[in-house]
Amino acid sequence: MHELSLTRNVVSIVAERAAGRAVTAVTLRIGRLAGVSVEAVRFCFDVCIQGTSVAGAALVIEEPEGKGECPACGRVVEMDSLLECCSCEKGALLRVVGGEELLVASIEMEVE
Amino acid sequence: MCAVCGCSGDGHDNDHDHGHEHGHTHEGHSHPHEHEHAPKGPAEMVVLERRLLDKNDRVAENNRAWLAGREVLALNLMSSPGAGKTTLLVRALGELAGLGLPVSVIEGDQESSLDAQRIEATGTPVVQINTGTGCHLDAEMVRGAFERQKPSFGSVLFIENVGNLVCPALFDLGESARVVLFSVTEGADKPIKYPHMFRRADMVVLTKIDLLPYVDFDEVAALEAVRAARPDAAVVRLSARTGEGMPALLGWIRERFAASRRG
Repeated sequence: MHELSLTRNVVSIVAERAAGRAVTAVTLRIGRLAGVSVEAVRFCFDVCIQGTSVAGAALVIEEPEGKGECPACGRVVEMDSLLECCSCEKGALLRVVGGEELLVASIEMEVE
Repeated sequence: MCAVCGCSGDGHDNDHDHGHEHGHTHEGHSHPHEHEHAPKGPAEMVVLERRLLDKNDRVAENNRAWLAGREVLALNLMSSPGAGKTTLLVRALGELAGLGLPVSVIEGDQESSLDAQRIEATGTPVVQINTGTGCHLDAEMVRGAFERQKPSFGSVLFIENVGNLVCPALFDLGESARVVLFSVTEGADKPIKYPHMFRRADMVVLTKIDLLPYVDFDEVAALEAVRAARPDAAVVRLSARTGEGMPALLGWIRERFAASRRG
């Protein structure tokens, strides 16, 4: 459950930026190859925000697709899992170039 | 300006009804939302783009620089519970001491100091970290361990992570290299099932090979699986009980140690 410590990081990043202002929404970007369960983050978020300035905020999670580049043919293709090989004749292991994002993208706060 | 996404607000069609599910579309993109706006004043949207592991990674980089300054080779040992990390360590510590190489250990476990006691019995300096509910070590815990006991100048530091093939993979500790163990009593497909862990392994140790005659373990498939996850990982087959493979592992450690001192 590394999602618990990651979600604690979310709340601390957001609370620090909000500096006491009420936060109404938090948008995360968690790529499909980031190794993080979005469901677990949603669960942890509801728990972690209690008693903080982030309490009551809505959670929006963007989930960018995985993308891999073939070291042999140079093509960039969509990847569903980390260990995928290119469909070209070399069949090389794709190098991940997208889908590993793990960010607080933006927050929405009440205007003072 | 649209308070939800920060768009200019010109010519777009959205209504910020409050207190129910809504989506809105404008300027060619859509925002499906399932959130409830409290019926309070206007909101301000702030773009942060802050990495969740930013703080951990900064502390890890500090750890790495600090260790490099002391010419310490730090090895992050990871595996599922019971793959034999501590048994391997106990054996390796004795042999490294015999080679005159100073060694210290940071032990990570959820609870207890049982592993630290096993290490201590070898005469090696050890710091136990208990993560409590945590399922992995992070860079800050390792930094705290340095405060309790500094690895000596020009030494090898083993950081035994919490037994877990999932969570520790994401957390950089500032190590010089990652050593991932898996035993022949586990499935040969482990590297495929836990790619986050194996794709960043610098060394993969196949442990308990003395049990090969008693288990159905496909060694060829296991090596292929390691190659698929990390084509350039070093691989050692080892039995901490018989000592088979220990010279290969110690040779790799000494090589990495010498390379790190050359900078």
